[in-house]
Amino acid sequence: MNQKTISTVRKSIFTVLMMGMSILFLLPFVWMLSTSFKIEADVFTYPIQWIPKTWHVIENYKEVWNGQFPFYKYYWNSIKITVITTILSCIVSALAAYGFSKIQFAAGKYLFIIVLATYMIPHQAILVPQFILYRSIGFFDSHLGLIMLSSFSVLGTFMLRQFFMGVHNEYIESAKIDGAGHGRIFMQIAFPLVRPAVATYAILRFIWTWNDYQNPLIFLRTDSLYTIQLAMQKFTTINGEFYSLIMAAAVSSIVPLLIIFVIGQKSVIEGIALGGVKG
Amino acid sequence: MNPLQETTAKPKMSDKQKLTAKRSSGAIQRKETLAGFLFVGPMLIGVTVLTLLPILATFALSLADWNFIAGFDGLKWVGFDNFERLAKDAAFLKSLKNNAYFLLTVPAYLAVSMFLAIMIDKHVYLKSYFKVAYFMPYISSIVAVAIVWQVLFHPSAGPVNQLLLALGIENPPKWIADPKYALPSLMMITVWTAIGFNMIVYIAGLQSIPRDLYEAADIDGANAWVKFKSITFPQLSSTSFFLLVTGIISTFKVFDLIAILTKGGPLSSTSMIVWYLYDTAFVNLKIGYASSMAVVLFACVLLITLLQWASQKKWVNY
Repeated sequence: MNQKTISTVRKSIFTVLMMGMSILFLLPFVWMLSTSFKIEADVFTYPIQWIPKTWHVIENYKEVWNGQFPFYKYYWNSIKITVITTILSCIVSALAAYGFSKIQFAAGKYLFIIVLATYMIPHQAILVPQFILYRSIGFFDSHLGLIMLSSFSVLGTFMLRQFFMGVHNEYIESAKIDGAGHGRIFMQIAFPLVRPAVATYAILRFIWTWNDYQNPLIFLRTDSLYTIQLAMQKFTTINGEFYSLIMAAAVSSIVPLLIIFVIGQKSVIEGIALGGVKG
Repeated sequence: MNPLQETTAKPKMSDKQKLTAKRSSGAIQRKETLAGFLFVGPMLIGVTVLTLLPILATFALSLADWNFIAGFDGLKWVGFDNFERLAKDAAFLKSLKNNAYFLLTVPAYLAVSMFLAIMIDKHVYLKSYFKVAYFMPYISSIVAVAIVWQVLFHPSAGPVNQLLLALGIENPPKWIADPKYALPSLMMITVWTAIGFNMIVYIAGLQSIPRDLYEAADIDGANAWVKFKSITFPQLSSTSFFLLVTGIISTFKVFDLIAILTKGGPLSSTSMIVWYLYDTAFVNLKIGYASSMAVVLFACVLLITLLQWASQKKWVNY
């Protein structure tokens, strides 16, 4: 056997081994999906029925989506909050990032350091004052308040600033000579150039906001305002012993992320690899 | 460049600069400053109102004894009493200890992630599949993930224990219902969810290692272990360092899993700083006492960040 065949064989063996490991790694998801298709009596049978004997898909998902605790409402809440937060956060961060990188003003440097320094503050260290503030200005228990909490992202500003710095100053200088102000330069030159970076950040922000559990838990109280994450937990408490329904709810809460992830897979992975960013 | 050329070029440049400076001084610079503030304004206001003022308030409140329900009249300044109480509070010390245990998750998932990254980067086919597969737990909502594990770990009927019973293990642990195993169970789930993120960063790190290092090692006849020990591992040191620091900081923030799975129990075996803080502030409404914990939390994270800055050069070797 020559060198090349040996390495092909070795690579194939490794692929098979890794495949086995990855299936083991994903078993909780497989179990979740298969349980969501079953009738309740079959949930804990052993050996595990990976492929359900009795299918109960439509009934289970119908109960989750349109039963006593209808998921479509919470879905709508989550979609609303996540989409608005993502858009707002991208706008605020892109504006600030442009300001900090492409506008020459004396205070800018210091302001940037202050903004960046706040990144060191763990969110849990300021929860209590935020809660008090929200109670006193009426932002508590409202979607607006929740949206505001994640719309001023230091991380997004820092990430996008890196990309704006890569935009050549010649473009901006020549636009200025042509009489364009910063507003027009931002809209027509700088922003289009960094659009891929904004897209990456937007996908990450979408995932983080959709999955956020702590903020809704603390800043929302009324049932009808719940996000999907809070609803999931409430649903589990109510349906304590109905594991097939709980799993159908869990599957439902993950599906939008899977879709977003499959569409934006490349930019998510690149974004994370690039800055090693984390929510 | 010829030094003579440089000196002749310099005055020209500064002449030009002076000219533009003269033209742009005053009105134009003022316009520029205004534009600057308009662009960074929204972010600045948000950060000031939602982060800077709150952190100052946290410091102030940590010196007070205050029950939120009582209104501002009920606020009493007590100096450093809260911190003295914290130092003697068995529940807080227990939480700190659990935080310390939790640090073990970081090297565990770093090792697994590095191994997987090396395998995926060079030694397997279907790379994209593997990246997505191991990344799944990271993008899945922590609530869904926690609930699945809750059922999997069910003491009597859960698939995990049924498997263990079938394998002939007589008294399998009760996992999250057992004070001895609850924290390790949470740590296992954390490792499982953290692998994806760390692996992706490691893959990026691997791709930036110059290929000729490996080629040179091949010529010297180095085996896989030697290549790992003397090229891959040292070349990944800056990535590892970065992941170690962010990993340590994230262990201080663990909350979601505890809130969903154990609520700090059983017997406060899974209580950690942030959980105890949350419980004190939002369940028992002791705002001042909770704020003193927030200060400790902030101090821990700050200390690690400063240590990171100080030691980066020493640790990262190439």
